[in-house]
Amino acid sequence: MLDAAIIGAVLASVVAAATTLLLASLGELVAERAGTLNLGVEGMMIVGAAVGYVTAYGSGSLLLGTLAAMLAGVTLSLVFAGLAIGLATNQVASGLATTILGLGLAGLIGSGFVGTQLEAAPVLHIPGLTELPIVGRALFGQDAFVYASIFLLVAVAYVLARTRIGLVLRAVGENHAAAHALGHPVRRIRTLAVMFGGACAGLAGAHLSLAYTPFWASDMTAGRGWIALALVVFSAWRPLWLLAGAYLFGAVSILQLHVQGFGLGIPSQLLSALPYLATIIALVVISALKHGQGAPASLGVPFVPDR
Amino acid sequence: MRKILAMAVGLAAGLAFAGPGLPEAQAAEKLKAAWVYVGPVGDFGWSYQHDQGRKAVEKEFGDRVETTFVENVAEGPDAERVIEQLARAGNKLIFTTSFGFMEPTLKVAKRHPDVFFEHATGFKRAKNVSTYAAKFYEGRYVIGQIAARMSKTGTIGYIASFPIPEVVSGINAMMLGAQSVNPDMKIKIVWVNSWFDPAKEADAAKALIDQGADVIAQHTDSPAAMQAAEGRDVFAFGQASDMIKFGPDSQLTAIVDDWAPYYIERTKAVLDGTWTSTDTWGGMKDGEVVMAPYTNMPDEVKKMAEETQAAITSGALHPFKGPIYKQDGTLAVKEGEVLPDKAILSMNWYVKGIDDEVPGR
Repeated sequence: MLDAAIIGAVLASVVAAATTLLLASLGELVAERAGTLNLGVEGMMIVGAAVGYVTAYGSGSLLLGTLAAMLAGVTLSLVFAGLAIGLATNQVASGLATTILGLGLAGLIGSGFVGTQLEAAPVLHIPGLTELPIVGRALFGQDAFVYASIFLLVAVAYVLARTRIGLVLRAVGENHAAAHALGHPVRRIRTLAVMFGGACAGLAGAHLSLAYTPFWASDMTAGRGWIALALVVFSAWRPLWLLAGAYLFGAVSILQLHVQGFGLGIPSQLLSALPYLATIIALVVISALKHGQGAPASLGVPFVPDR
Repeated sequence: MRKILAMAVGLAAGLAFAGPGLPEAQAAEKLKAAWVYVGPVGDFGWSYQHDQGRKAVEKEFGDRVETTFVENVAEGPDAERVIEQLARAGNKLIFTTSFGFMEPTLKVAKRHPDVFFEHATGFKRAKNVSTYAAKFYEGRYVIGQIAARMSKTGTIGYIASFPIPEVVSGINAMMLGAQSVNPDMKIKIVWVNSWFDPAKEADAAKALIDQGADVIAQHTDSPAAMQAAEGRDVFAFGQASDMIKFGPDSQLTAIVDDWAPYYIERTKAVLDGTWTSTDTWGGMKDGEVVMAPYTNMPDEVKKMAEETQAAITSGALHPFKGPIYKQDGTLAVKEGEVLPDKAILSMNWYVKGIDDEVPGR
């Protein structure tokens, strides 16, 4: 019942499913490492999905749609940044407001496009490599979003850990008063980090509406923004663990569908809960073993200079 | 200061609620009707079709009605709050269009005896609460027959939402239809435990196709599965709406929900003052279950489907006519008998030939 073809197909699906989560959570990780908790991920994602779809549908260009989606995510993130960083409002409330605003806006933007569809983003095909058994399609048969997510992950991990920009960003997140005293523009850095988060969330939204299920439907993110937020916390704010978390979640959510298809008689309600359970347990165990790096010390604390 | 402010806000809110209710004499002319949807009206499926019905009411009665809707209402306590607000806002006729709105609807109905409620797919009624549903299983019997004729692998892939009787009876009806053509048909069932999650529905479709299913049926609300089937060159059936645009080479037909006749009839009953609590279960005969054009199939299969559809419409054929055996081999419906509506509406067992278990059983 398990042959190479099925395993290969499962792996390819897992990579695709994990990519949306990885993109969205990676951006949020950067925002949070700089000290800002943005609960607006779901909102920025859905606006990205809507704007990306509408733009790609109108222009016929997936690239243009993707860029527009990122821009839309950035725009909404600036609304959040204006409130939470500019006016130092409560970040939780501002983030929730951003999500609610985003869901409404996206419904409005996409309302004229219900019932239409696009050609899915093309997938890579390298003769010889893509046909490799088992891992061929998973590694060499994906769309550009997948490769972009891996590139972004490596870039974020490198910049955070190895560069001066990363050091300053982390300093702002750990102790904004000290960073401010050293002359670093705390609010500007945080705003830029939040904007990066918005761009990534928009990109994740575009992955859904341009590649994964290339049509527009309201609420098509179906809570993935919240899962991305949770992944950031459970990864203890580390990019590589985030990668592990996103892929584990993707793997279990695809595998449980296959287990059901085989009719093994395991209650589907339990199987549906399994991705959440497995990811929580795995990441809690990892962070317990490493006796964890906690949250950035200034996370969620509004910064008001000279006070 | 804060207290005064709160009082002022409360007062304003009170006035806002009282406002539409005050001029009763005028309001009697214009009926306010409201719809509560479980998904977004843009789902292009279940909620979309209900909203088409609402628009039909607006078109039919023009100035005599004023309609509103609330979309994306979670099943459970949140629904009660939404329905309560609609009742307080002066709506005299409220349609709640998902199974999980059953208890909230009944609770609110008790507090507003002068408001008429209509609950879709439920089974509990009250003096001012009617229930209505459509016999979608009639359509599922037809698509079962088509699937059996069109499948090469002999395996149907079925994307299911929640293990409630409506969904279980749909699976059984499809399987009975398939078995009437090919007794050896197999079915693989995947529950996504959601009415609306396009990416997950697509994942489920792909998983089923990877496992050898070459005809996909769904009981979820988005066109994602149809799109996935089109991308993988297998056949599929649309759900709730005609999804041919998403599967021009894949869609064999779609079971379309047409709520317009019922909504118009019930709105008219309120306007005429003849509304009573009823239980309506319309099917093909009543125009509530409509089959989208039969496409992508040979003429002989199309002919078979049309004949079956005609037989069900005329009452000559009933999908749940005996003999029907349960999975364990026990006889569920005797030869020559028909499963009563009540048993269909509370169905929680699979028919023989389904190699799976009803979740939670």
